[in-house]
Amino acid sequence: MALSADESSRLAELLTSRATQVTQRWTEVMAGQLRGRLSQAELVRQVQELHRALTDALGKGAADLTAEEATELRAVLAELSRGQARQGFSATETASSIFGLKDALLAELEADQSVGTLRDYVAFSGLVDQMGLFTFESFVRTRESLIADQAEQLLELSTPVVKLWEGVVAVPLVGTLDSARAQVVMERLLQTLVDTGSPYAIIDITGVPAVDTQVAQHILKTVVAARLMGADCIISGIRPQIAQTIVALGIEFGDIATKASLADALRHVLRLTGVETSRRQPRREA
Amino acid sequence: MERVPILKIGDILLVSIQLDMSDQTAVALQEDLAERIVATGCHGVIIDITALDIVDSFVGRMLSTIASISKVLDAETVVVGMRPAVAITLVELGLSLNGIRTALNVERGMELIAVDRVHDDQYEFEGGPDTEPLALP
Amino acid sequence: MTSGVDLGRPQAQTVGSDEDVVRVRQLVRTVAVAVKLSLVDQTKVVTAASELARNTLVYGGGGTVEVTAVDNGRKPGIKIVFADSGPGIVDLDLALTDGYTTGGGLGLGLSGARRLVDEFDIQTAPGQGTRITVIKWSR
Repeated sequence: MALSADESSRLAELLTSRATQVTQRWTEVMAGQLRGRLSQAELVRQVQELHRALTDALGKGAADLTAEEATELRAVLAELSRGQARQGFSATETASSIFGLKDALLAELEADQSVGTLRDYVAFSGLVDQMGLFTFESFVRTRESLIADQAEQLLELSTPVVKLWEGVVAVPLVGTLDSARAQVVMERLLQTLVDTGSPYAIIDITGVPAVDTQVAQHILKTVVAARLMGADCIISGIRPQIAQTIVALGIEFGDIATKASLADALRHVLRLTGVETSRRQPRREA
Repeated sequence: MERVPILKIGDILLVSIQLDMSDQTAVALQEDLAERIVATGCHGVIIDITALDIVDSFVGRMLSTIASISKVLDAETVVVGMRPAVAITLVELGLSLNGIRTALNVERGMELIAVDRVHDDQYEFEGGPDTEPLALP
Repeated sequence: MTSGVDLGRPQAQTVGSDEDVVRVRQLVRTVAVAVKLSLVDQTKVVTAASELARNTLVYGGGGTVEVTAVDNGRKPGIKIVFADSGPGIVDLDLALTDGYTTGGGLGLGLSGARRLVDEFDIQTAPGQGTRITVIKWSR
Protein backbone atom coordinates (compact mmCIF):
# COMPACT_ATOMS: atom_id res chain seq x y z
CA MET A 1 0.00 0.00 0.00
CA ALA A 2 3.00 2.28 -0.36
CA LEU A 3 2.57 5.58 -2.18
CA SER A 4 4.45 6.05 -5.40
CA ALA A 5 6.80 9.02 -5.62
CA ASP A 6 4.26 10.72 -7.88
CA GLU A 7 1.42 10.15 -5.47
CA SER A 8 3.27 11.49 -2.47
CA SER A 9 4.36 14.59 -4.31
CA ARG A 10 0.79 15.14 -5.58
CA LEU A 11 -0.54 14.77 -2.04
CA ALA A 12 2.14 17.12 -0.70
CA GLU A 13 1.15 19.59 -3.41
CA LEU A 14 -2.53 19.31 -2.54
CA LEU A 15 -1.86 19.71 1.18
CA THR A 16 0.22 22.83 0.53
CA SER A 17 -2.02 24.53 -2.01
CA ARG A 18 -5.24 23.83 -0.12
CA ALA A 19 -3.70 24.10 3.34
CA THR A 20 -6.34 26.41 4.83
CA GLN A 21 -9.33 24.43 3.58
CA VAL A 22 -7.86 21.07 4.58
CA THR A 23 -6.85 22.10 8.11
CA GLN A 24 -10.15 23.86 8.63
CA ARG A 25 -12.25 20.86 7.60
CA TRP A 26 -9.98 18.54 9.58
CA THR A 27 -10.31 20.69 12.68
CA GLU A 28 -14.09 20.64 12.30
CA VAL A 29 -14.18 16.84 12.15
CA MET A 30 -11.88 16.55 15.15
CA ALA A 31 -13.92 19.07 17.13
CA GLY A 32 -17.01 16.99 16.42
CA GLN A 33 -15.26 13.86 17.66
CA LEU A 34 -13.85 15.36 20.85
CA ARG A 35 -17.05 17.26 21.70
CA GLY A 36 -15.45 20.35 23.12
CA ARG A 37 -13.10 18.65 25.54
CA LEU A 38 -10.11 20.26 23.85
CA SER A 39 -10.03 24.01 23.41
CA GLN A 40 -10.36 25.31 19.86
CA ALA A 41 -6.87 26.82 20.05
CA GLU A 42 -5.40 23.49 21.12
CA LEU A 43 -7.21 21.67 18.29
CA VAL A 44 -6.00 24.15 15.68
CA ARG A 45 -2.46 23.82 17.00
CA GLN A 46 -2.57 20.03 16.83
CA VAL A 47 -4.04 19.94 13.34
CA GLN A 48 -1.52 22.46 12.05
CA GLU A 49 1.33 20.52 13.57
CA LEU A 50 0.09 17.28 12.01
CA HIS A 51 -0.50 19.01 8.70
CA ARG A 52 3.01 20.45 8.70
CA ALA A 53 4.65 17.13 9.65
CA LEU A 54 2.64 15.23 7.03
CA THR A 55 3.36 17.73 4.24
CA ASP A 56 7.01 17.63 5.24
CA ALA A 57 7.23 13.85 5.15
CA LEU A 58 5.48 13.63 1.78
CA GLY A 59 7.56 16.45 0.37
CA LYS A 60 10.67 14.46 1.23
CA GLY A 61 9.12 11.54 -0.66
CA ALA A 62 7.96 9.28 2.17
CA ALA A 63 6.26 6.23 0.64
CA ASP A 64 4.54 5.16 3.86
CA LEU A 65 4.53 5.83 7.58
CA THR A 66 7.46 3.51 8.34
CA ALA A 67 9.72 5.42 5.93
CA GLU A 68 12.69 7.23 7.35
CA GLU A 69 11.34 10.51 5.96
CA ALA A 70 8.29 10.11 8.18
CA THR A 71 10.22 9.99 11.49
CA GLU A 72 9.02 13.38 12.58
CA LEU A 73 5.45 12.63 11.55
CA ARG A 74 5.51 9.53 13.75
CA ALA A 75 6.81 11.58 16.65
CA VAL A 76 4.00 14.11 16.25
CA LEU A 77 1.39 11.35 16.05
CA ALA A 78 2.82 9.60 19.12
CA GLU A 79 2.80 12.86 21.06
CA LEU A 80 -0.82 13.53 20.08
CA SER A 81 -2.06 10.10 21.14
CA ARG A 82 -0.07 10.18 24.37
CA GLY A 83 -1.69 13.48 25.21
CA GLN A 84 -5.16 12.20 24.42
CA ALA A 85 -4.64 8.95 26.33
CA ARG A 86 -3.58 10.88 29.43
CA GLN A 87 -6.53 13.24 29.13
CA GLY A 88 -8.88 10.27 29.15
CA PHE A 89 -10.01 10.25 25.51
CA SER A 90 -10.94 6.84 24.13
CA ALA A 91 -8.83 5.01 21.54
CA THR A 92 -11.62 5.41 18.99
CA GLU A 93 -11.77 9.16 19.54
CA THR A 94 -8.01 9.45 19.15
CA ALA A 95 -7.85 7.39 15.96
CA SER A 96 -10.99 9.00 14.51
CA SER A 97 -9.49 12.43 14.82
CA ILE A 98 -6.76 11.26 12.42
CA PHE A 99 -9.36 9.78 10.08
CA GLY A 100 -10.85 13.24 9.89
CA LEU A 101 -8.13 13.98 7.34
CA LYS A 102 -9.94 11.68 4.90
CA ASP A 103 -13.04 13.83 5.00
CA ALA A 104 -10.92 16.90 4.45
CA LEU A 105 -9.13 15.33 1.46
CA LEU A 106 -12.36 14.02 -0.01
CA ALA A 107 -13.87 17.48 0.13
CA GLU A 108 -10.92 18.78 -1.88
CA LEU A 109 -10.85 15.96 -4.45
CA GLU A 110 -14.59 15.63 -4.94
CA ALA A 111 -14.78 18.26 -7.66
CA ASP A 112 -12.55 16.29 -10.01
CA GLN A 113 -14.25 12.98 -10.65
CA SER A 114 -11.64 11.40 -12.90
CA VAL A 115 -10.35 7.85 -12.35
CA GLY A 116 -6.88 9.21 -11.47
CA THR A 117 -8.31 11.21 -8.61
CA LEU A 118 -10.07 8.15 -7.25
CA ARG A 119 -6.79 6.20 -7.33
CA ASP A 120 -5.03 9.04 -5.56
CA TYR A 121 -7.73 9.19 -2.92
CA VAL A 122 -7.49 5.46 -2.26
CA ALA A 123 -3.70 5.69 -1.98
CA PHE A 124 -3.85 8.70 0.36
CA SER A 125 -6.54 7.02 2.34
CA GLY A 126 -4.23 4.05 2.85
CA LEU A 127 -1.63 6.34 4.38
CA VAL A 128 -4.22 7.94 6.65
CA ASP A 129 -5.27 4.47 7.81
CA GLN A 130 -1.66 3.72 8.70
CA MET A 131 -1.50 6.94 10.68
CA GLY A 132 -4.72 6.05 12.48
CA LEU A 133 -3.45 2.61 13.44
CA PHE A 134 -0.18 4.11 14.59
CA THR A 135 -1.98 6.51 16.94
CA PHE A 136 -4.02 3.59 18.19
CA GLU A 137 -0.82 1.69 19.02
CA SER A 138 0.75 4.65 20.81
CA PHE A 139 -2.49 5.22 22.64
CA VAL A 140 -2.50 1.66 23.95
CA ARG A 141 1.16 1.89 24.97
CA THR A 142 0.48 5.07 26.95
CA ARG A 143 -2.50 3.49 28.67
CA GLU A 144 -0.42 0.45 29.53
CA SER A 145 2.23 2.58 31.17
CA LEU A 146 -0.49 4.50 33.03
CA ILE A 147 -1.87 1.22 34.32
CA ALA A 148 1.61 0.12 35.37
CA ASP A 149 2.06 3.38 37.29
CA GLN A 150 -1.26 2.91 38.99
CA ALA A 151 -0.44 -0.67 39.92
CA GLU A 152 2.70 0.62 41.57
CA GLN A 153 0.73 3.22 43.47
CA LEU A 154 -1.72 0.54 44.55
CA LEU A 155 1.16 -1.47 45.93
CA GLU A 156 2.19 1.55 47.94
CA LEU A 157 -1.38 1.80 49.11
CA SER A 158 -1.10 -1.49 50.93
CA THR A 159 -0.25 0.42 54.06
CA PRO A 160 -1.40 -1.70 56.96
CA VAL A 161 -3.20 -0.35 59.98
CA VAL A 162 -1.74 -2.35 62.86
CA LYS A 163 -2.88 -2.89 66.42
CA LEU A 164 -0.09 -1.94 68.82
CA TRP A 165 -1.84 -2.46 72.10
CA GLU A 166 -5.33 -3.00 73.40
CA GLY A 167 -7.13 0.10 72.15
CA VAL A 168 -4.17 1.51 70.24
CA VAL A 169 -3.74 1.24 66.47
CA ALA A 170 -0.99 2.67 64.30
CA VAL A 171 -0.46 3.46 60.62
CA PRO A 172 3.19 3.51 59.65
CA LEU A 173 3.18 5.58 56.48
CA VAL A 174 5.97 4.83 54.05
CA GLY A 175 6.71 6.51 50.76
CA THR A 176 5.41 9.54 48.98
CA LEU A 177 2.00 10.61 50.14
CA ASP A 178 -0.07 12.20 47.45
CA SER A 179 -3.46 13.60 48.19
CA ALA A 180 -5.37 10.59 46.84
CA ARG A 181 -3.31 8.08 48.80
CA ALA A 182 -3.48 10.15 51.98
CA GLN A 183 -7.24 10.16 51.65
CA VAL A 184 -7.47 6.38 51.24
CA VAL A 185 -5.11 5.67 54.13
CA MET A 186 -6.94 8.05 56.42
CA GLU A 187 -10.35 6.61 55.57
CA ARG A 188 -9.02 3.16 56.33
CA LEU A 189 -7.56 4.34 59.63
CA LEU A 190 -10.89 5.79 60.74
CA GLN A 191 -12.70 2.60 59.75
CA THR A 192 -10.19 0.53 61.76
CA LEU A 193 -10.89 2.67 64.83
CA VAL A 194 -14.54 1.69 64.54
CA ASP A 195 -13.89 -1.97 63.75
CA THR A 196 -11.48 -2.47 66.64
CA GLY A 197 -13.08 -0.02 69.04
CA SER A 198 -9.71 1.63 69.59
CA PRO A 199 -9.82 5.12 71.07
CA TYR A 200 -6.19 5.87 70.17
CA ALA A 201 -4.44 6.05 66.81
CA ILE A 202 -0.82 6.82 66.06
CA ILE A 203 0.02 8.16 62.62
CA ASP A 204 3.72 7.54 62.11
CA ILE A 205 5.23 9.51 59.23
CA THR A 206 8.89 8.54 59.75
CA GLY A 207 8.93 6.97 56.29
CA VAL A 208 7.43 9.95 54.52
CA PRO A 209 10.11 12.05 52.80
CA ALA A 210 7.99 15.18 52.30
CA VAL A 211 4.51 16.55 52.82
CA ASP A 212 2.80 19.32 50.92
CA THR A 213 -0.01 21.54 52.17
CA GLN A 214 -2.70 19.23 50.84
CA VAL A 215 -1.29 16.15 52.53
CA ALA A 216 -0.80 18.01 55.80
CA GLN A 217 -4.40 19.18 55.55
CA HIS A 218 -5.55 15.59 55.02
CA ILE A 219 -3.71 14.46 58.12
CA LEU A 220 -5.14 17.36 60.14
CA LYS A 221 -8.67 16.71 58.91
CA THR A 222 -8.29 13.05 59.84
CA VAL A 223 -7.27 13.99 63.36
CA VAL A 224 -10.32 16.24 63.66
CA ALA A 225 -12.59 13.56 62.18
CA ALA A 226 -11.20 10.98 64.61
CA ARG A 227 -12.01 13.34 67.48
CA LEU A 228 -15.56 13.70 66.25
CA MET A 229 -15.75 9.91 66.40
CA GLY A 230 -14.38 9.84 69.92
CA ALA A 231 -10.79 8.84 69.26
CA ASP A 232 -7.46 10.62 69.70
CA CYS A 233 -4.66 10.75 67.15
CA ILE A 234 -0.98 11.23 67.85
CA ILE A 235 1.40 12.06 65.04
CA SER A 236 4.89 10.65 65.39
CA GLY A 237 8.13 10.62 63.43
CA ILE A 238 7.98 14.12 61.98
CA ARG A 239 11.31 14.71 60.22
CA PRO A 240 13.13 18.01 60.64
CA GLN A 241 12.47 18.99 57.02
CA ILE A 242 8.79 18.23 57.38
CA ALA A 243 8.60 20.23 60.60
CA GLN A 244 10.17 23.14 58.71
CA THR A 245 7.68 22.75 55.86
CA ILE A 246 4.78 22.66 58.27
CA VAL A 247 5.89 25.87 59.94
CA ALA A 248 6.81 27.55 56.65
CA LEU A 249 3.41 26.70 55.16
CA GLY A 250 1.75 28.17 58.22
CA ILE A 251 -0.17 24.98 58.98
CA GLU A 252 -1.59 25.01 62.49
CA PHE A 253 -1.18 21.74 64.31
CA GLY A 254 -2.90 23.32 67.27
CA ASP A 255 -3.33 21.01 70.23
CA ILE A 256 -2.64 17.84 68.27
CA ALA A 257 -0.11 15.68 70.10
CA THR A 258 3.12 15.14 68.18
CA LYS A 259 5.91 12.84 69.32
CA ALA A 260 9.42 12.28 68.00
CA SER A 261 9.13 8.54 67.53
CA LEU A 262 6.56 5.78 67.40
CA ALA A 263 7.95 4.52 70.75
CA ASP A 264 7.41 7.91 72.40
CA ALA A 265 3.91 8.06 70.99
CA LEU A 266 3.07 4.61 72.32
CA ARG A 267 4.48 5.48 75.76
CA HIS A 268 2.39 8.66 75.74
CA VAL A 269 -0.79 6.73 74.92
CA LEU A 270 -0.09 4.03 77.49
CA ARG A 271 0.35 6.68 80.15
CA LEU A 272 -2.99 8.21 79.13
CA THR A 273 -4.69 4.83 79.42
CA GLY A 274 -3.10 4.25 82.82
CA VAL A 275 -0.66 1.51 81.83
CA GLU A 276 2.58 1.75 83.79
CA THR A 277 5.80 1.27 81.89
CA SER A 278 9.05 0.92 83.78
CA ARG A 279 12.49 -0.67 83.50
CA ARG A 280 13.33 -3.62 85.64
CA GLN A 281 16.09 -1.65 87.33
CA PRO A 282 14.43 1.70 87.61
CA ARG A 283 16.80 4.62 87.36
CA ARG A 284 16.70 7.04 90.23
CA GLU A 285 15.05 9.87 88.35
CA ALA A 286 12.38 7.48 87.06
CA MET B 1 -44.40 12.28 62.75
CA GLU B 2 -42.20 9.51 64.09
CA ARG B 3 -40.57 9.83 67.50
CA VAL B 4 -37.20 8.53 68.57
CA PRO B 5 -37.48 6.19 71.58
CA ILE B 6 -35.52 6.99 74.74
CA LEU B 7 -34.41 4.06 76.94
CA LYS B 8 -33.39 4.28 80.57
CA ILE B 9 -30.54 2.02 81.63
CA GLY B 10 -29.55 2.56 85.26
CA ASP B 11 -28.41 6.15 85.60
CA ILE B 12 -28.20 6.66 81.85
CA LEU B 13 -30.67 7.59 79.13
CA LEU B 14 -29.88 5.86 75.86
CA VAL B 15 -31.12 7.25 72.58
CA SER B 16 -30.43 5.15 69.54
CA ILE B 17 -31.40 7.02 66.40
CA GLN B 18 -32.48 4.42 63.88
CA LEU B 19 -34.29 6.47 61.26
CA ASP B 20 -33.59 9.23 58.80
CA MET B 21 -35.03 11.98 61.00
CA SER B 22 -37.05 14.87 59.65
CA ASP B 23 -36.21 18.20 61.25
CA GLN B 24 -39.44 18.03 63.27
CA THR B 25 -38.50 14.64 64.66
CA ALA B 26 -35.11 16.05 65.68
CA VAL B 27 -36.69 18.98 67.49
CA ALA B 28 -39.16 16.64 69.22
CA LEU B 29 -36.28 14.45 70.40
CA GLN B 30 -34.61 17.50 71.89
CA GLU B 31 -37.76 18.32 73.88
CA ASP B 32 -38.48 14.72 74.91
CA LEU B 33 -34.95 14.28 76.22
CA ALA B 34 -35.05 17.39 78.38
CA GLU B 35 -38.27 16.15 79.96
CA ARG B 36 -36.93 12.64 80.52
CA ILE B 37 -33.74 13.92 82.15
CA VAL B 38 -35.76 15.88 84.67
CA ALA B 39 -38.34 13.12 85.18
CA THR B 40 -35.76 10.36 85.74
CA GLY B 41 -32.97 12.32 87.38
CA CYS B 42 -30.45 10.55 85.16
CA HIS B 43 -26.95 11.94 85.01
CA GLY B 44 -25.86 10.64 81.66
CA VAL B 45 -27.22 10.74 78.12
CA ILE B 46 -25.84 8.57 75.34
CA ILE B 47 -26.90 9.34 71.81
CA ASP B 48 -26.04 6.49 69.49
CA ILE B 49 -25.79 7.62 65.87
CA THR B 50 -24.32 4.39 64.47
CA ALA B 51 -27.29 4.04 62.14
CA LEU B 52 -27.15 7.61 60.81
CA ASP B 53 -25.62 7.76 57.36
CA ILE B 54 -25.46 11.54 57.37
CA VAL B 55 -25.32 14.31 59.97
CA ASP B 56 -26.07 17.69 58.47
CA SER B 57 -25.89 21.09 60.15
CA PHE B 58 -29.42 20.76 61.50
CA VAL B 59 -28.78 17.47 63.27
CA GLY B 60 -25.35 18.77 64.33
CA ARG B 61 -27.01 21.75 65.94
CA MET B 62 -29.56 19.48 67.61
CA LEU B 63 -26.73 17.42 69.13
CA SER B 64 -25.01 20.57 70.43
CA THR B 65 -28.25 21.86 71.89
CA ILE B 66 -29.00 18.56 73.60
CA ALA B 67 -25.51 18.57 75.12
CA SER B 68 -25.98 22.13 76.42
CA ILE B 69 -29.47 21.50 77.78
CA SER B 70 -28.46 18.33 79.58
CA LYS B 71 -25.45 20.10 81.05
CA VAL B 72 -27.78 22.68 82.55
CA LEU B 73 -29.84 19.77 83.93
CA ASP B 74 -26.67 18.19 85.41
CA ALA B 75 -26.38 15.36 82.92
CA GLU B 76 -23.40 14.55 80.74
CA THR B 77 -24.05 13.86 77.05
CA VAL B 78 -21.88 11.59 74.94
CA VAL B 79 -22.48 11.10 71.23
CA VAL B 80 -21.34 7.63 70.14
CA GLY B 81 -20.94 5.60 66.98
CA MET B 82 -20.31 8.31 64.41
CA ARG B 83 -19.35 6.69 61.11
CA PRO B 84 -16.02 7.63 59.51
CA ALA B 85 -17.67 8.98 56.35
CA VAL B 86 -19.96 11.14 58.48
CA ALA B 87 -17.01 12.49 60.49
CA ILE B 88 -15.04 13.29 57.32
CA THR B 89 -18.07 15.07 55.87
CA LEU B 90 -18.65 17.10 59.03
CA VAL B 91 -15.03 18.28 58.97
CA GLU B 92 -15.44 19.36 55.34
CA LEU B 93 -18.78 21.01 56.11
CA GLY B 94 -17.03 23.03 58.82
CA LEU B 95 -19.09 21.74 61.71
CA SER B 96 -16.97 21.19 64.80
CA LEU B 97 -19.69 20.05 67.24
CA ASN B 98 -18.18 22.19 69.97
CA GLY B 99 -18.93 21.12 73.49
CA ILE B 100 -19.99 17.63 72.51
CA ARG B 101 -18.16 14.66 73.95
CA THR B 102 -17.84 11.67 71.68
CA ALA B 103 -16.94 7.99 72.00
CA LEU B 104 -16.51 5.18 69.51
CA ASN B 105 -19.35 3.01 70.81
CA VAL B 106 -21.99 2.75 73.52
CA GLU B 107 -19.67 0.82 75.84
CA ARG B 108 -16.94 3.48 75.68
CA GLY B 109 -19.57 6.16 76.11
CA MET B 110 -20.79 4.53 79.32
CA GLU B 111 -17.20 4.31 80.62
CA LEU B 112 -16.74 8.00 79.92
CA ILE B 113 -19.83 8.91 81.90
CA ALA B 114 -18.89 6.55 84.73
CA VAL B 115 -15.43 8.15 85.05
CA ASP B 116 -17.07 11.56 85.21
CA ARG B 117 -19.45 10.51 87.93
CA VAL B 118 -16.59 9.10 90.00
CA HIS B 119 -14.76 12.42 89.70
CA ASP B 120 -17.89 14.25 90.71
CA ASP B 121 -18.50 12.01 93.72
CA GLN B 122 -14.91 12.37 94.84
CA TYR B 123 -15.22 16.09 94.71
CA GLU B 124 -18.46 16.02 96.67
CA PHE B 125 -17.40 13.63 99.40
CA GLU B 126 -13.74 14.30 99.92
CA GLY B 127 -14.18 17.96 99.24
CA GLY B 128 -11.63 20.53 98.26
CA PRO B 129 -10.55 21.45 94.78
CA ASP B 130 -7.01 20.24 95.58
CA THR B 131 -8.04 16.60 95.49
CA GLU B 132 -6.25 14.72 92.72
CA PRO B 133 -8.68 13.14 90.29
CA LEU B 134 -8.67 9.36 90.26
CA ALA B 135 -6.33 7.91 87.68
CA LEU B 136 -8.79 5.59 86.02
CA PRO B 137 -8.15 3.89 82.70
CA MET C 1 -36.12 1.46 46.73
CA THR C 2 -33.10 1.11 44.50
CA SER C 3 -35.16 -0.64 41.88
CA GLY C 4 -37.49 1.31 39.69
CA VAL C 5 -35.22 4.33 39.35
CA ASP C 6 -34.66 5.12 35.70
CA LEU C 7 -31.25 6.76 35.68
CA GLY C 8 -31.61 7.97 32.13
CA ARG C 9 -33.96 10.75 33.11
CA PRO C 10 -34.02 13.33 35.89
CA GLN C 11 -35.84 12.36 39.09
CA ALA C 12 -37.94 15.19 40.46
CA GLN C 13 -39.06 15.77 44.02
CA THR C 14 -41.11 18.68 45.25
CA VAL C 15 -39.98 20.24 48.49
CA GLY C 16 -42.87 21.48 50.55
CA SER C 17 -42.33 19.95 53.96
CA ASP C 18 -39.80 18.44 56.36
CA GLU C 19 -40.61 14.96 55.11
CA ASP C 20 -39.78 16.04 51.57
CA VAL C 21 -36.26 16.96 52.69
CA VAL C 22 -35.90 13.37 53.94
CA ARG C 23 -37.19 12.13 50.55
CA VAL C 24 -34.65 14.30 48.74
CA ARG C 25 -31.86 12.73 50.82
CA GLN C 26 -33.09 9.23 49.99
CA LEU C 27 -33.42 10.01 46.28
CA VAL C 28 -29.94 11.54 46.13
CA ARG C 29 -28.46 8.55 47.92
CA THR C 30 -30.13 6.10 45.52
CA VAL C 31 -28.71 7.88 42.50
CA ALA C 32 -25.30 8.41 44.15
CA VAL C 33 -25.06 4.66 44.80
CA ALA C 34 -26.15 3.91 41.24
CA VAL C 35 -23.40 6.08 39.71
CA LYS C 36 -20.89 4.35 42.00
CA LEU C 37 -19.74 7.21 44.17
CA SER C 38 -17.47 6.10 47.03
CA LEU C 39 -19.05 5.88 50.47
CA VAL C 40 -17.43 9.14 51.60
CA ASP C 41 -18.53 10.92 48.42
CA GLN C 42 -22.07 9.57 48.79
CA THR C 43 -22.15 10.91 52.33
CA LYS C 44 -20.83 14.29 51.19
CA VAL C 45 -23.33 14.74 48.38
CA VAL C 46 -26.29 13.57 50.47
CA THR C 47 -25.28 16.00 53.25
CA ALA C 48 -24.96 18.84 50.73
CA ALA C 49 -28.37 17.96 49.28
CA SER C 50 -29.89 17.96 52.75
CA GLU C 51 -28.53 21.45 53.46
CA LEU C 52 -29.66 22.86 50.11
CA ALA C 53 -33.10 21.20 50.16
CA ARG C 54 -33.66 22.68 53.63
CA ASN C 55 -32.68 26.10 52.26
CA THR C 56 -35.18 25.64 49.42
CA LEU C 57 -37.85 24.90 52.03
CA VAL C 58 -36.96 27.48 54.67
CA TYR C 59 -35.74 30.43 52.60
CA GLY C 60 -37.33 29.72 49.22
CA GLY C 61 -40.72 28.80 50.65
CA GLY C 62 -40.55 25.42 48.93
CA GLY C 63 -39.67 24.40 45.40
CA THR C 64 -38.37 21.45 43.44
CA VAL C 65 -35.28 19.29 43.41
CA GLU C 66 -34.17 17.44 40.32
CA VAL C 67 -31.60 14.64 40.49
CA THR C 68 -29.87 13.34 37.36
CA ALA C 69 -27.14 10.79 36.71
CA VAL C 70 -24.62 12.46 34.40
CA ASP C 71 -21.48 11.47 32.55
CA ASN C 72 -18.74 13.72 31.21
CA GLY C 73 -17.26 11.00 29.02
CA ARG C 74 -14.60 10.08 31.55
CA LYS C 75 -16.47 9.49 34.75
CA PRO C 76 -20.04 9.35 35.96
CA GLY C 77 -21.48 11.78 38.43
CA ILE C 78 -24.65 13.10 39.99
CA LYS C 79 -26.23 16.45 39.22
CA ILE C 80 -28.79 18.03 41.50
CA VAL C 81 -30.77 21.18 40.78
CA PHE C 82 -32.59 23.03 43.59
CA ALA C 83 -35.10 25.59 42.35
CA ASP C 84 -37.47 27.86 44.21
CA SER C 85 -39.39 31.00 43.36
CA GLY C 86 -38.84 32.61 46.73
CA PRO C 87 -37.41 36.04 47.52
CA GLY C 88 -33.94 35.23 46.10
CA ILE C 89 -30.65 36.17 47.71
CA VAL C 90 -29.76 39.84 47.94
CA ASP C 91 -26.06 39.61 48.80
CA LEU C 92 -24.69 36.38 47.39
CA ASP C 93 -21.12 36.85 48.65
CA LEU C 94 -22.41 37.37 52.16
CA ALA C 95 -24.73 34.35 51.92
CA LEU C 96 -21.77 32.20 50.93
CA THR C 97 -19.75 33.26 53.97
CA ASP C 98 -19.26 30.72 56.75
CA GLY C 99 -21.40 31.52 59.75
CA TYR C 100 -23.70 34.02 58.04
CA THR C 101 -27.37 33.27 58.54
CA THR C 102 -30.72 35.02 58.36
CA GLY C 103 -32.67 31.99 59.50
CA GLY C 104 -31.22 31.23 62.91
CA GLY C 105 -29.18 28.27 61.67
CA LEU C 106 -25.46 27.76 61.90
CA GLY C 107 -24.83 29.58 58.62
CA LEU C 108 -23.03 26.60 57.15
CA GLY C 109 -25.71 25.43 54.73
CA LEU C 110 -24.70 27.23 51.56
CA SER C 111 -20.98 27.64 52.21
CA GLY C 112 -20.60 24.14 53.62
CA ALA C 113 -22.57 22.51 50.83
CA ARG C 114 -20.34 24.21 48.30
CA ARG C 115 -17.27 22.59 49.90
CA LEU C 116 -18.85 19.15 49.73
CA VAL C 117 -19.44 19.07 45.96
CA ASP C 118 -17.22 19.37 42.88
CA GLU C 119 -19.24 21.92 40.96
CA PHE C 120 -21.52 24.59 42.39
CA ASP C 121 -23.52 27.13 40.43
CA ILE C 122 -26.05 29.57 41.83
CA GLN C 123 -28.47 31.79 39.92
CA THR C 124 -30.42 34.24 42.01
CA ALA C 125 -31.70 37.78 42.15
CA PRO C 126 -33.98 39.58 44.59
CA GLY C 127 -37.57 38.58 43.80
CA GLN C 128 -36.45 36.13 41.10
CA GLY C 129 -36.09 32.98 43.16
CA THR C 130 -32.96 30.87 43.49
CA ARG C 131 -31.63 28.05 41.34
CA ILE C 132 -28.64 26.09 42.60
CA THR C 133 -26.94 23.39 40.53
CA VAL C 134 -24.38 21.06 42.08
CA ILE C 135 -22.41 18.16 40.62
CA LYS C 136 -20.36 15.49 42.35
CA TRP C 137 -18.15 13.32 40.13
CA SER C 138 -17.18 9.78 40.89
CA ARG C 139 -13.41 9.40 41.41
